[in-house]
Amino acid sequence: MVEEAKKEFWRWPEGTWVNPHINWKQGKIITSGVDVGSVSSQGVVLVDGELYSFGSTRTGFDSPDSARKALNIALEQTDVTEENLDYCIGTGYGRVNVPMAQRTITEIACHARGAHFMYGPAVRTIMDMGGQDCKAINCDEKGKVLNFMMNDKCAAGTGRGMEVFADLIQVPVWEIGPRSFQIDEEPEMISSTCVVFAKSEVLGLLEQGVPENQVMASYCAAMAHRIMALLHRLGVQEKFVITGGIAKNEGVVKRLEKELGIKTAEKVWYKPEYKDYPFDTQIAGAVGAALFAHAMVSKGKVKSVRKT
Amino acid sequence: MKAFYGFKDGSGDWFLIIDTEKCNGCSACVAVCPAHALEVGEDEFDPLSEEHVAHVKDEDRKKIRYTCAPCKPGFSIDPVPCVAVCEPGAITHSDGWKRSYG
Repeated sequence: MVEEAKKEFWRWPEGTWVNPHINWKQGKIITSGVDVGSVSSQGVVLVDGELYSFGSTRTGFDSPDSARKALNIALEQTDVTEENLDYCIGTGYGRVNVPMAQRTITEIACHARGAHFMYGPAVRTIMDMGGQDCKAINCDEKGKVLNFMMNDKCAAGTGRGMEVFADLIQVPVWEIGPRSFQIDEEPEMISSTCVVFAKSEVLGLLEQGVPENQVMASYCAAMAHRIMALLHRLGVQEKFVITGGIAKNEGVVKRLEKELGIKTAEKVWYKPEYKDYPFDTQIAGAVGAALFAHAMVSKGKVKSVRKT
Repeated sequence: MKAFYGFKDGSGDWFLIIDTEKCNGCSACVAVCPAHALEVGEDEFDPLSEEHVAHVKDEDRKKIRYTCAPCKPGFSIDPVPCVAVCEPGAITHSDGWKRSYG
């Protein structure tokens, strides 16, 4: 079993976190957001609009099951139960399959809102790099979407592409970023757009004896270049932030910054009292959904479904 | 905001673009679209707003090139029915059809 786990180079760390400074029993409105993506699922719980807990896990083949798993992970170290939640909103690729959600909101609106909360109102362009798609979003100072662009109907340049690549070269996915900089000079990027073709191109490079780190650099550069095209079409404004799993891969992020000439904002919470809380770029969508739920309940737009 | 419904591929840009700031939710476009691709409902990109706006039906978003093909926006009937009927001028199309068929 242990040996089997070792072979899963694509597997990224999953986890949960609970805010020790909040007693949920004193809170008035408890809302949650569940973001079921194509690769990862997140659950976030807010107490009166403040971050209380979150959980992140891998999406399985069953969307309702993954949604439940994500929320359970967010709740497992707390004594909050599903009955205590005032309102739950589902978002992401699998949002129509979130059984405990009262309504759904597109991930575009949720990511804008979530990034606005996490990085602050100065955010203007958000790049959400998800498991199987990426979206560039422009928003205003209130976190409202002004404009957005989706990528083409293809998984190239997304999280799943990176996982496939990690598996192919047998390097854990979180090591690809740092190792892609341990090279003498920047190599040419992988020219194939498609993940399947890129895979054979990578194999070809490895067979030619190109060092692994250099192949990683080529792949990261190709990914950064693909995202560039999308951002160019939309127009990038500062503050520019990246959400989603690829934001954790510096190999892609730094190359993108270089090509774009714009730095991404530092990964720190906008609210000063949050400074010691873990900053996870993957939870932005779920945070946004939970914030929408909070806004709707507190404005009386929807009825609370809390049972106890 | 400008909501882009459609996709881009090797042959061009295939988008129906609705400016939600201009759209007043009058449903005139819904009635005239020969492909029945449009509907009016809540603004999905601004869930807190009360106003209803037009949007492309979910099932048509990934095949808008073919849904809009009978009208050939920017090329055959000009302006196409949805654009012509929209009083606030909220609907536009990208140039994919014009370039490919024009």
